[in-house]
Amino acid sequence: MDEVDLKRILWRSRRGLLELDLQLERFVEQVLPTLTTAELAVYEQVLMLPDWDFLEYVNGKSVCPDPELATMIARISAAQQ
Amino acid sequence: MKMSSIPVRKFDAIIVGAGGAGLRAALQLSEAGMKTAVLSKVFPTRSHTVAAQGGVSASLGNSEPDHWHWHMYDTVKGSDWLGDQDAIEFMCREAPNVVIELEHFGMPFDRNSDGTIYQRPFGGHMSNFGEKPVRRACAAADRTGHAMLHALYQRNVRANTQFFVEWMALDLIRDSEGNVQGVVAMEMETSEIVIFQAKATLFATGGAGRIFASSTNAFINTGDGLGMAARAGIPLEDMEFWQFHPTGVAGAGVLITEGVRGEGGILRNANGERFMERYAPNAKDLASRDVVSRAMVTEINEGRGCGPNKDHVLLDITHLDPEVIMSKLPGIREISIKFAGVDPIKAPIPVVPTCHYQMGGIPTNYRGEVVVEDQVVKGFYAAGECACASVHGANRLGTNSLLDLLVFGKSSGNSMIDFIKGQPKDLPELVMNDVERSVARVARLDNQTQGANVNEARTAMQRTMQAHCGVFRFNDMLQEGVKKILEVEVMVKNTVIADKSKTFNTARLEALELENLIEVAKATMISAEARKESRGAHVRDDAADTAENPNGRDDQNWLKHTLWHREGNRLTYKPVNLKPLSVETIALKTRSY
Ligand SMILES: Cc1cc2nc3c(=O)[nH]c(=O)nc-3n(C[C@H](O)[C@H](O)[C@H](O)COP(=O)(O)OP(=O)(O)OC[C@H]3O[C@@H](n4cnc5c(N)ncnc54)[C@H](O)[C@@H]3O)c2cc1C
Repeated sequence: MDEVDLKRILWRSRRGLLELDLQLERFVEQVLPTLTTAELAVYEQVLMLPDWDFLEYVNGKSVCPDPELATMIARISAAQQ
Repeated sequence: MKMSSIPVRKFDAIIVGAGGAGLRAALQLSEAGMKTAVLSKVFPTRSHTVAAQGGVSASLGNSEPDHWHWHMYDTVKGSDWLGDQDAIEFMCREAPNVVIELEHFGMPFDRNSDGTIYQRPFGGHMSNFGEKPVRRACAAADRTGHAMLHALYQRNVRANTQFFVEWMALDLIRDSEGNVQGVVAMEMETSEIVIFQAKATLFATGGAGRIFASSTNAFINTGDGLGMAARAGIPLEDMEFWQFHPTGVAGAGVLITEGVRGEGGILRNANGERFMERYAPNAKDLASRDVVSRAMVTEINEGRGCGPNKDHVLLDITHLDPEVIMSKLPGIREISIKFAGVDPIKAPIPVVPTCHYQMGGIPTNYRGEVVVEDQVVKGFYAAGECACASVHGANRLGTNSLLDLLVFGKSSGNSMIDFIKGQPKDLPELVMNDVERSVARVARLDNQTQGANVNEARTAMQRTMQAHCGVFRFNDMLQEGVKKILEVEVMVKNTVIADKSKTFNTARLEALELENLIEVAKATMISAEARKESRGAHVRDDAADTAENPNGRDDQNWLKHTLWHREGNRLTYKPVNLKPLSVETIALKTRSY
């Protein structure tokens, strides 16, 4: 994964819902730099989720059926202010 | 950069924005066989329309009698008579058609047992000219905006609309007579600058709620269409009118429902005082939205705000039984912990009136044509939250804005088709002045080595707007605000970015977005300072509530639309169109619910 991919990921962390923007802003700042290439690929897949599903998973209202994505989403939810 | 080396892509129609308005317009054009390009900063279904939950209004009358004329009455009243009655009649009459059409496009509306679309009541929508609430809102579970975007996007793909996703339009291109020729845009991935030339160009770029420190809008709502229009010499209409919600989490903008006060939540100032007792001795914390917002802002303005910047108040539910909080206010605890960093069982939640919706925008008629000084700007159209038709006037009714997207997306699509058909087959020669200006803006950011930090400049703008031009406005604060926002503008013109790279340079994108936000901020502050009355969402402390001017509304002097011109920050005014298309004028009245 090169720098362009990383920056694309950064842009795609901008969403249609404010709550996701705020949560991903923290995640991108705190966690993203520590991810491995394989983890970044998973995060990229998470970013493909429709916004409302994504938010429900982040808020723990339901669990993403894909366990790999669910693990990444748990890390997103855990990012603190 | 040599201007002649800039690639040119040619279309019949260009649409900037892939939210509800842009997609609806694109569909009209593509299905009519027009070669149509849609540009979007983000994937279409992640446009901010996705956030809309409440629904879309139409007088289908599926649950009880309803009529477009009643809907029209409510909308005129909601607009505090600033809405143009021709456009409002057009929208309310078209509503049932566009909603049924959307159903046929595959929108999964909630249904009654007889198969018709289920409708629910929504604030301000009444039957029989304001008599009693009526069920007029159509929804798809609590994902109406999401479902709308999906239905429209799928259908556009089938109709061969060409999408340019992760492209940012930078500037409008006008020829020497002011006719619009297209836009200059940048591909994010490569930073390549490309000219999109077309016979007709539509802006559907959404709102600019991010001008305020506290906003429910996602980060993407930076008013790019308004900035581009303003730079191209198009005035912005009624920009002083913004809808606010009384309680958003301070610093984040996420809404805390009014149900919290219903369950016994209490607003407190820096002294811990329950200040609503002074403003509304009977209703206290349950007073109406505007009374609560006004009290909160007065407390902050008089120095009794909380926090290091004294810029918010506290919503206290620590006295409630934790069981009640958990059972009756689900989600509030999570929101508070997540976005305010406090557990509301133990400590009060910092809250502040929060911007939600922009009523003003690019001036258009109900056909979506941009109109300046009574003249149509040839080849230029606008629809959705970035446009001002004006159907929302001084205040929007809930669920009327998704309707606005459908009705005016479609009508601008139709106007564009007519216009394109009347144009010569070959596109005219491009006039490059605007292109040069646009390229120069990007080059400035590439070359600038010192100056203002983009985040700091944005924060300065947002704090200034929030403190000086928020939900409740004071003459001296507005006057000072005008000075301050012009100072912030100087910062914005002088921003510097460290990253000069060519690929997905998000720092540069944000700097360019800020150049659009500041245009909206100036328009808002300057228009608000000048309007010396209260009307709809523009509420001033110095506009006295008298028998002659109930609620401070001064029809004698201010029943008119504001137009802010970027050049010299000049203001002009134009009359409100009080004449509907087919029915009688809905006569001026005091707005009370
Ligand atoms: C939380 C929330 C809830 C709401 N609920 C309701 C509701 O229930 N009912 C209702 O009627 N209204 C509701 N509204 C209001 C309504 O959702 C919006 O007014 C409406 O969705 C705006 O749609 P739009 O098509 O004008 O713009 P948007 O959906 O904001 O789309 C703008 C598009 O323009 C693109 N764009 C912007 N700038 C550029 C550029 N420079 N270059 C290229 N592309 C660009 C973006 O990528 C995006 O595709 C709600 C608003 C909020 C914030």
